[in-house]
Amino acid sequence: MSEPLLCVRGVKTYYGRVQALKGVDLDVNDGEIVTLIGANGAGKSTLMMTVCGNPRAREGTITFAGRDITRLPTHEIARLKLAQAPEGRRIFPRMTVLENLQMGATTADPAEFDRDLERVVGLFPYLSRRLGQRGGTLSGGEQQMLAIARALMSRPRLLMLDEPSLGLAPLIVRQIFDAIRRLNAEQGLSVFLVEQNAFHALKLAHRGYVMVNGLITLTGSGRELLERPEVKSAYLEGGRQQVAR
Amino acid sequence: MDYFVQQLINGITLGSIYGLIAIGYTMVFGIVGMVNFAHGDVFMVSAFVALIAFLILTTWLGVTSVALSLFLMLVAAMLFTSLINWVIERVAYRPLRGSFRLAPLISAIGMSIFLSNFVQVSQGPLNKSVPPLVQREFVLFNRNNYPVTLSYKQLIIWGITAVLLLAFWYLVARTRLGRAQRACEQDKKMAALVGIDVDRTIAITFVIAAALAAVAGTMYVMYYGVVSFSDGFVPGVKAFTAAVLGGIGSLPGAVVGGLLIGLIETLWSAYFSIDYKDVAAFSILAITLIFLPQGLFGRPDVEKV
Ligand SMILES: Nc1ncnc2c1ncn2[C@@H]1O[C@H](COP(=O)(O)OP(=O)(O)OP(=O)(O)O)[C@@H](O)[C@H]1O
Ligand SMILES: [Mg+2]
Repeated sequence: MSEPLLCVRGVKTYYGRVQALKGVDLDVNDGEIVTLIGANGAGKSTLMMTVCGNPRAREGTITFAGRDITRLPTHEIARLKLAQAPEGRRIFPRMTVLENLQMGATTADPAEFDRDLERVVGLFPYLSRRLGQRGGTLSGGEQQMLAIARALMSRPRLLMLDEPSLGLAPLIVRQIFDAIRRLNAEQGLSVFLVEQNAFHALKLAHRGYVMVNGLITLTGSGRELLERPEVKSAYLEGGRQQVAR
Repeated sequence: MDYFVQQLINGITLGSIYGLIAIGYTMVFGIVGMVNFAHGDVFMVSAFVALIAFLILTTWLGVTSVALSLFLMLVAAMLFTSLINWVIERVAYRPLRGSFRLAPLISAIGMSIFLSNFVQVSQGPLNKSVPPLVQREFVLFNRNNYPVTLSYKQLIIWGITAVLLLAFWYLVARTRLGRAQRACEQDKKMAALVGIDVDRTIAITFVIAAALAAVAGTMYVMYYGVVSFSDGFVPGVKAFTAAVLGGIGSLPGAVVGGLLIGLIETLWSAYFSIDYKDVAAFSILAITLIFLPQGLFGRPDVEKV
């Protein structure tokens, strides 16, 4: 068994004096989809941002592709092909859709831009008609697609998505999850996913983690976690209903 | 009428200089959210660099071509002033990023005082002058014995400003660097996440701001022929007024604001009283802040963020 692509060990993160992560261990292997679920305020987004160096882990180590990135500046971490579509989407509002995608390609080879654009827009055909529109005027769902598309423009080795389904219509959620599944199956893209939509996200994942109050409390394959009573009771009510419909 | 046309020509010339300085205020404000109070003094320093370069070129190196010496003055001023602003950003502003909001502002006022005092001590408190470099002028028309003229100096200023604005617009709108600057302006955290070196982009912004101020400084020396250590303040505040009038953060706003301030100041001194021309500019600043705080080109925030 080779070393995981992303390896988080004993990471503690603070906001001022408030401790948000209390010693987190988590791995993402090459070619895997890993889902992290947890209640509001558990520290999921904090973990994703800590991996990208903002805020920085006060203790513990984070390695990516065999490199210690714990103290690396955020932009240098991005250059190692670790892309994130962060919480809140963070589209550049006064840039066009095309410019947002160009920003996503900052660390990519400019010669490959046209081909990458075609590939990414092929995944979200919706965007192709809106390339000239300002990002800030897109609808929430369009912004989410753009956020994922932007992350893909760097040809990442690891794609981190923080609640990609937030606020989206079920049809769009399915499109996005399908896109993730295809990217993983066809291109072997590794994906680290944070989701409230626990049922779909765990079904999609090879492995999953449950975070409570800054600590990982459960881990296992996606299927195993779906069967666990504590996961069912705490995170799956909404998920069941969605399936029933 | 003829008199008015003449004042327009003069006003546009002055406005070009203000506009170039105003771009520096607006760019820096856009990217770091700080009014760079030292920017007027950076402009003043650049005028001194141009003047010193002129003296070295003509007295020591014996350069006689006016075009060549103007060009070299410009290059020297741009290089040297960019370096100074780069150092200022590095030592006075960057360490304060992320501390309380007023800290960089106070630091900027400190740098402003430092620069003007340094020039006062090293160059002396008196006006420094250069002989008129370019003297020819066109007579556009001459009726009623009032010749309306457009001097070579003015043409040079218009030409350089126009070319520079075009190049600058291209840089911001169409290049990777320009996109990186706009990204940092809109969301630094996200810019870093896509791989932009935010600190470096900010440093480059200060360098560009200084280079534009240096062009303004060189033209100022050429146009007026004198400069003193205190010349950072008043033109600085006027350019700042131009940036606020145009809508701080807006690049076209800075240019239009600069032209407007130049025109208002010139027309005011022509038709009312030259003694109160600075008051005119400062009144505009106050009036803008009260009635039009967004400025002419200030962005209406319609986006979802
Ligand atoms: N910038 C900040 N300053 C101070 N505290 C913060 C900051 N960001 C997050 N926190 C706190 O850290 C804890 C973890 O927040 P985080 O955003 O990581 O939660 P989350 O698991 O992503 O929640 P959600 O599902 O609601 O997005 C919360 O208690 C939150 O209040
Ligand atoms: Mg979150």
